[in-house]
Amino acid sequence: MTKRDHWLKGAVAAALVAVSTSALAQAAVADKFKWLTFLVFGVIIGITLYVTYVAAKRVKSASQFYAAGRSVSGIQNGWAIAGDYLSAASFLGIAGLISLYGYDGFMYSVGWLVAYITVLLVIAEPCRNIGKYTLGDILAFRNEPKKAKTVAAISTITVSIFYLTAQMVGGGVLVKTLIGIDYEVSVIVVGIVMLTYVVFGGMVATTWVQIIKAVLLVTASILLVFFTWLPYGFSLPGFLQGAVDSVNIHGQVTKLIGDAAKNMTAQELGQRFLEPGLFLKNPIDQISLGMALVLGTAGMPHILMRFFTVPTAKDARVSVIWAMAIIGGFYVLTLFLGLGSAINVGPAEITRIDKGGNMAGPLLAQFIGGGADSYLGNFFLAFVAAVAFATIVAVVAGLVLASASAMSHDIWVGVIKGERATQEEEVRAARICSGIVGAVAITIGILAKGQNVAHLVALAFAVASSSNLPAVLLTLYWRKCNTGGIMVGMIVGAFSAIALVLVSPNMTYPLQVKAAQEKIIKGADDKLAKLNADLTAATDPAAQEKVKKDIAAQDKAKKGAETAIAALKGETTSIVGLEKPLFDLKNPGLISIPLGFLCVIIGSLLYRDERADSMWDELYVRQNTGILAAQASH
Amino acid sequence: MAQATSLNWVAIDNDPRFQKLHRKKTAFLWSLMVFSMIYYFLLPLGAGYTPDLYKIKVWGPVNVGILFALSQFIVAWALAGYYAHKANAEFDSMAQDLIQDAEKIGGLKK
Repeated sequence: MTKRDHWLKGAVAAALVAVSTSALAQAAVADKFKWLTFLVFGVIIGITLYVTYVAAKRVKSASQFYAAGRSVSGIQNGWAIAGDYLSAASFLGIAGLISLYGYDGFMYSVGWLVAYITVLLVIAEPCRNIGKYTLGDILAFRNEPKKAKTVAAISTITVSIFYLTAQMVGGGVLVKTLIGIDYEVSVIVVGIVMLTYVVFGGMVATTWVQIIKAVLLVTASILLVFFTWLPYGFSLPGFLQGAVDSVNIHGQVTKLIGDAAKNMTAQELGQRFLEPGLFLKNPIDQISLGMALVLGTAGMPHILMRFFTVPTAKDARVSVIWAMAIIGGFYVLTLFLGLGSAINVGPAEITRIDKGGNMAGPLLAQFIGGGADSYLGNFFLAFVAAVAFATIVAVVAGLVLASASAMSHDIWVGVIKGERATQEEEVRAARICSGIVGAVAITIGILAKGQNVAHLVALAFAVASSSNLPAVLLTLYWRKCNTGGIMVGMIVGAFSAIALVLVSPNMTYPLQVKAAQEKIIKGADDKLAKLNADLTAATDPAAQEKVKKDIAAQDKAKKGAETAIAALKGETTSIVGLEKPLFDLKNPGLISIPLGFLCVIIGSLLYRDERADSMWDELYVRQNTGILAAQASH
Repeated sequence: MAQATSLNWVAIDNDPRFQKLHRKKTAFLWSLMVFSMIYYFLLPLGAGYTPDLYKIKVWGPVNVGILFALSQFIVAWALAGYYAHKANAEFDSMAQDLIQDAEKIGGLKK
């Protein structure tokens, strides 16, 4: 028995004890079926930890730890990219959006696939040809290595921490909603399991965890869609007609459009669900988000890093093609998952368990298996819950590995040690850095409990698209780009994206919240006055009972609004001291991306950098042809 | 990466075969890029400014908006497939040629 074996066993035991002893609260999975969920969880954790155990024996060199020895095949890497990319937000979130808002949810999913066109055409192969392990390596090729690596590492860590926080908090809430274990416990379990993969198995284990997760996710989705679509004879118009006819959907559309629904027939209400405008109201915001997605994905450090795991540029190409097939196919399936859930479970029931609609997929699984009281239904729900857990862990592992690599490879080895570190030292540094990032992720996850973190995902993409992408793209394709340009561009790009989000409508503005809640209170008061009059007028007990029920509902709404006002604690400004947003867009991409590009250009023109100029021919020839790509790998 | 600079990269860059590869690739890649961006951004723009167009029913309840959104997937896959085909058929062999002759053109100084 080695020390590593003990650690692995300890981690499993700790995770199991933590789960089994925590207080079980109300959740989607009923108490008497929880053992099923834990069984499926256990099997998945067991398999992935075994993979980690095998991988850990192989991981001795830096190339193994950061890039799985560049021995991952194109197809494997395609599945791993899908596993790295399809976060819980896309798995549960987009199906949820479609189940609540119909067409707009589906439109939202498109950008997540189109993003890979940028990756495929201009990023994947050049990065494989000239890169080594990190974003910093790409930028250091022709720019001054220490400066380039420092700024790349800072940006990598910033982007990863934003994304990581969103994943940890989202994951914690999700596991709590699904199976009822405490938020803190879920965050710690996710953190420990993920750290075990990364610290011991490095990129080898992370790759396999991501592949396993992607296969599980795709299998679960295909099965669910098969059974959802089967009653409609696999006809697209037939299925959509089912949505148009659904009473659940009529109710949801009525709720969303309010007074406009009064003059509409049931069929019109149903059809409205398949038309745009129920969720996304501002097209400019849409464009801004679209820009951040299609340019940000290519600048995501954990996605970039995946291209260093394959042996050649051609394999990098094959991996993007596979990833696009899997990711795109998955998003097409979410149309059926979302609408299927709206038809069969209903938006009212979905939002009762989770306001954001995240339970649309899991509840559909339960329905298909036979409902809340059946074994098969609960087995399906347990399976989907376990897949959601695997999803979070796989994404988080990729992010931790990317930021740990930036710390150990770029900062410690590249900047502090001046590239003089043995393989052993570097792998040890990478493991320690993974531990640090993991501990930070768990701590932030616990501290950020109850915070609205949805905008952090958008922020991560905004920073990646405004800071990393302009620097990488211009370094690869523009002769005059140099150290001055990437430094100014990355710093201005990142700061402008963050600053614009801080003054955007994403933040909480106490005065606006107060005004909205006061409107609710006033509405409730008016209705209460009328209801009390009705109560005295009502004669028969049944009518009185109904009015009393309405009064109770209004009282509850009023209380909720009062609690919300009290929660503001008399604050009048947002965390940056604003009474109302200075900037109307939820996503800053429209401004910060052009600004990032502009600053790289201006910075490059103002700065003199002989190395960047003299290395251009080498970089350009190598990124296009792959000459020496094999030699430079190790 | 120190050993990498041992080739005369300027000579390879100036080689007519590299110049041909560079021109072909640049024109092809950026035109696909621009096309895919325009096609993608038409979707939210259309939803925002011409929603009535999206509401036209063409196949039972299936309307123009749904077909346009689905077509985004088809177009993205088609572009990816077209690029892969082109790269496999043309760019790879051109690059392979250069890799083989790199030492001849670039004159290894080792």
